[in-house]
Amino acid sequence: MNVVLPMKPAPEQPPAADAVLIEPKNADAATAALAAAPRPPVAAAAPARPDLLAPLGAFLNAVMPALLGLALLLTLWAAVAQMNPQLPGPLKTWEAAVEVFADPFYRNGPNDQGIGWNVLSSLQRVGIGFGLAALVGIPAGFILGRFRFANAMLQPVIALLRPVSPLAWLPIGLLVFKKADPAATWTIFICSIWPMILNTAQGVQRVPQDYLNVARVLNLSEFKIVTRILFPAVLPYMLTGIRLSIGTAWLVIVAAEMLTGGVGIGFWVWDEWNNLKVESIVIAIFVIGVVGLLLENALLLLARRFQYDAK
Amino acid sequence: MSTNAAKYVQVDHVDMEFTTKKGTFVALQDVCLNIAQGEFIALIGHSGCGKSTLLNLIAGLTLPTRGAMLLAGREIPGPGPERAVVFQNHSLLPWLTCFENVHLAVERVFGGREKKAALRARTEAALELVGLAHAMHKLPGEISGGMKQRVGIARALSMEPKVLLMDEPFGALDALTRAHLQDELMRIVQATGSTVVMVTHDVDEAVLLADRIVMLTNGPAATVGEVLKVDLPRPRNRLEVAEDAAYNHYRAEVLKFLYERQRRPAAA
Repeated sequence: MNVVLPMKPAPEQPPAADAVLIEPKNADAATAALAAAPRPPVAAAAPARPDLLAPLGAFLNAVMPALLGLALLLTLWAAVAQMNPQLPGPLKTWEAAVEVFADPFYRNGPNDQGIGWNVLSSLQRVGIGFGLAALVGIPAGFILGRFRFANAMLQPVIALLRPVSPLAWLPIGLLVFKKADPAATWTIFICSIWPMILNTAQGVQRVPQDYLNVARVLNLSEFKIVTRILFPAVLPYMLTGIRLSIGTAWLVIVAAEMLTGGVGIGFWVWDEWNNLKVESIVIAIFVIGVVGLLLENALLLLARRFQYDAK
Repeated sequence: MSTNAAKYVQVDHVDMEFTTKKGTFVALQDVCLNIAQGEFIALIGHSGCGKSTLLNLIAGLTLPTRGAMLLAGREIPGPGPERAVVFQNHSLLPWLTCFENVHLAVERVFGGREKKAALRARTEAALELVGLAHAMHKLPGEISGGMKQRVGIARALSMEPKVLLMDEPFGALDALTRAHLQDELMRIVQATGSTVVMVTHDVDEAVLLADRIVMLTNGPAATVGEVLKVDLPRPRNRLEVAEDAAYNHYRAEVLKFLYERQRRPAAA
């Protein structure tokens, strides 16, 4: 009812009926009075109120559990901090955070930069390493998915290398590249590439036979098969691979930067540990979490865009 | 010439075997069938008897283990657009609109000789033919099952195939939609003079639509059990034929074949 009302061009008559229903049942005289003067304002106000409240209720329903969870986290944190005075509590951390975020983009030399720069340079490393991994991994995934021989050939290699912690590759990177920065990027590359290859390959293998039969009956060219059938069919799998890769890359970059130094959120954590600024570490944990969450959700949104109802 | 037209599609002593983990499975054995140009054939039989296998053989999606499949005197080397298939589950590409799904086929068949505008006109005409001009730019996920099936038919017809192959095209639809699409199909086939092979498990559908009903025996090693010529005048009207003695006789014949001579194995 509420939804329909605002669309009607002449709101005088049907809203009045609603307004009367909402009002307590008055005497005939009162109804008659209502009918005369105050009807327009009542009619305007009555349908508006539930319109505003309904979404608010739904919003609260959706957000309340999350807020409660966060409150629980804060309480636990405060309790632990209370017992262990070395650990900064929420309030102390908040004060430190206000200071840190007051000027996130300052630069006092290479080892003393604002948190904004640190996050950005970590993201840049992840972006480069991850981009290179996509460049290699997605085509490799297509080849693995399309040719049984390539799959049989590379599957054992991947199975062997995939469980290795990406950090184990860091010394190799340092040795080969002689510099910390490309070594960190290399680590990201290694950890991003496996989910990308495997998910793409799986997507290619799972392209429904029906679609391939359509391609065969139409006698489509290889180019059309790739652009019109394979690529769109594999895209959701590819995006899953990308999402998993980004998640791992973001996990790994912090650890890699702790080891390599320079600029970056991981390095910043280590630096602040050396300065014994524990509040900063807690802030960094939140920042890392929020950035990871944003990356994940951005990719989920992107994936939803390409999710077709296959039915 | 006349013998050529009468043997437009030839299925000549065809065996079809599949290799499975449990060994060789013989799906079809010694199937012989000639289909005339412009003829409407219904393939009927219990499920699992190899109707779809036979259709896939004509489509060229699978090649026979033994025997020969010929179209207009030439061996069928593989799938091709001159033998369009309407798949059981419509098989539209979900990321393309109805228009794009049909256009993909039109472009493939006529793209080499016709201009873009002509291709577009062909696509639109095919969708109009099945009454979907209004839903042209919707994605398959946004339209009903019956509409999707109609897009599948439009895609097949748009290729102007020599043979139209339909694998239980209306099986998943409700009775009313099915009746409607059957009527449309009759009208379209009448107008285009297409050669049609349709797999079905619906006796009424077979009798209403087909010139000949090819009944397959139960698998494994299924073969043509009986061929029934349906000699009813066209155009056929479902309400009129329902009262027709000949129609009911044909229907009874098919039912007898299915339920007396080829009684379904108990549990299947």
